[in-house]
Amino acid sequence: MNSLSDIAPQPQRLVWQQATVVAITLETPSVKVFRLRPAEWHGFTAGQHVDIRLTAPDGYQAERSFSIASAPDGTGMIDLAIDKIDDGEVSPFFHEVVEIGDEIELRGPIGGHFIWSAGDGGPLLLIAGGSGLVPLMSMLRYRALAAPEIPATLIYSARRNEDLIWRDELFRRATQDPNFTLLATLSRETTPIEGARLGRIDRALLDAALASLPAPPETTFVCGSNRFVSAASTFVLDAGVPFASVRTERYGG
Amino acid sequence: MATRGFLGRRPTDGEGERLPPGQYRTDDFPVLSAGPTPRVALKDWSFTLKDGVRPVMRWDWDAFNQLPQSKLTRDIHCVTKWSKFNTAWSGVMIDDILAEAGIAAPSEFTLAHSYDGYSTNVPTDDLINGKAMVATHFDGKPIIADHGGPARLLVPHLYFWKSAKWVNGLQFTNRDEAGFWELRGYHMRGDPWREQRFTGD
Ligand SMILES: Cc1cc2nc3c(=O)[nH]c(=O)nc-3n(C[C@H](O)[C@H](O)[C@H](O)COP(=O)(O)OP(=O)(O)OC[C@H]3O[C@@H](n4cnc5c(N)ncnc54)[C@H](O)[C@@H]3O)c2cc1C
Repeated sequence: MNSLSDIAPQPQRLVWQQATVVAITLETPSVKVFRLRPAEWHGFTAGQHVDIRLTAPDGYQAERSFSIASAPDGTGMIDLAIDKIDDGEVSPFFHEVVEIGDEIELRGPIGGHFIWSAGDGGPLLLIAGGSGLVPLMSMLRYRALAAPEIPATLIYSARRNEDLIWRDELFRRATQDPNFTLLATLSRETTPIEGARLGRIDRALLDAALASLPAPPETTFVCGSNRFVSAASTFVLDAGVPFASVRTERYGG
Repeated sequence: MATRGFLGRRPTDGEGERLPPGQYRTDDFPVLSAGPTPRVALKDWSFTLKDGVRPVMRWDWDAFNQLPQSKLTRDIHCVTKWSKFNTAWSGVMIDDILAEAGIAAPSEFTLAHSYDGYSTNVPTDDLINGKAMVATHFDGKPIIADHGGPARLLVPHLYFWKSAKWVNGLQFTNRDEAGFWELRGYHMRGDPWREQRFTGD
């Protein structure tokens, strides 16, 4: 497996195609991971997303964007992690209706800014709120394969302990990888949780993240709901990180 | 081909024909941006009109607000799939900016520049003849920074990334030069009714 050769340039034209659902995992009470095998896939860059298009029998269509959670790993498959928004149109469909073997229409990969490859260098500061972890997880997994020497720190804010997506994997990586630091913070827990801090992201957490890196971050990626990204990027700038090195992606909400 | 088991949530009557393909309606006002929100103080704000590299005219905040004020109430469509109906903006029409500078649009192509360092290209035709403005107010109030204040471009009939936030200038160019988003795979024109999201659409 050559992970680097799987970093693809943006295709000239993004064509809709069918992808087969090959696995479904319940990761947290509200997040399911869907492993898809697109009919034709030429790789992607960590941080990119796909557009999904669902079609009703009368032709009505709904489209949404979902980030790719897996690393560009040459398997020809991609993982999407979908957080269920209870009153939503598309995410509850994925949670309640989609089964292994189903065909889902998608196109991608999309995005030329919220992306990272090893050649971009580090250190990396990654800041995720809730399902905003997804594209950052792709970067972390890819970094572990392609450039584990690049220092990376992840601030990850979730509501409760049970809402931490890929909890075991993240804690394992933090224990085993000397160049990776995990700072988890839980905004709705009241009793102490091992390995996590309680409360929302704040300036102190940013200072701790910056202190965990051997040098100032080359790039900072912030992803999550609108409100989370606004709050987090304010702390990032207040902590002295240069404006032009900060990239954001907002999911809505 | 239909997606197994998908029925979808139909837009209510009269709403469907206002939604371009692939869009859904929201009453919230989501934000799309490539980076953090820049902090632009009004005393430091300015807007520059350029023909190529040559500056034609420059306004500070007070002078800009002396220009004729207009209102536009329009539906807007973001490439991330949301649409928002009846958004009410006010500011200065591009036509009035050109008139004040005493020029007619000198070329077919325009780049909009912003305080965050990003840019987007817009065909000049999409900016003139009552189609677009530099907006300073949303819903009767100054535009908040997250939505592009103090001033943003408003080109409501194109995908909303063309409505550059934190705009600080328009530059006419001889060629259709790709802006920041367009260099990264987004469409050169971005007509939501033709679903021109990405290069090649
Ligand atoms: C580039 C990009 C990448 C994305 N990647 C992912 C991803 O990896 N995983 C993922 O789960 N989602 C992701 N999203 C969000 C996703 O596209 C949908 O917006 C989300 O799944 C909700 O769709 P829905 O049809 O279920 O809800 P809708 O029917 O669209 O919305 C229902 C209600 O929920 C609100 N709402 C919408 N999104 C959110 C939110 N994130 N938080 C809180 N309230 C919300 C809406 O304003 C509305 O009131 C991404 C969005 C973008 C733009």
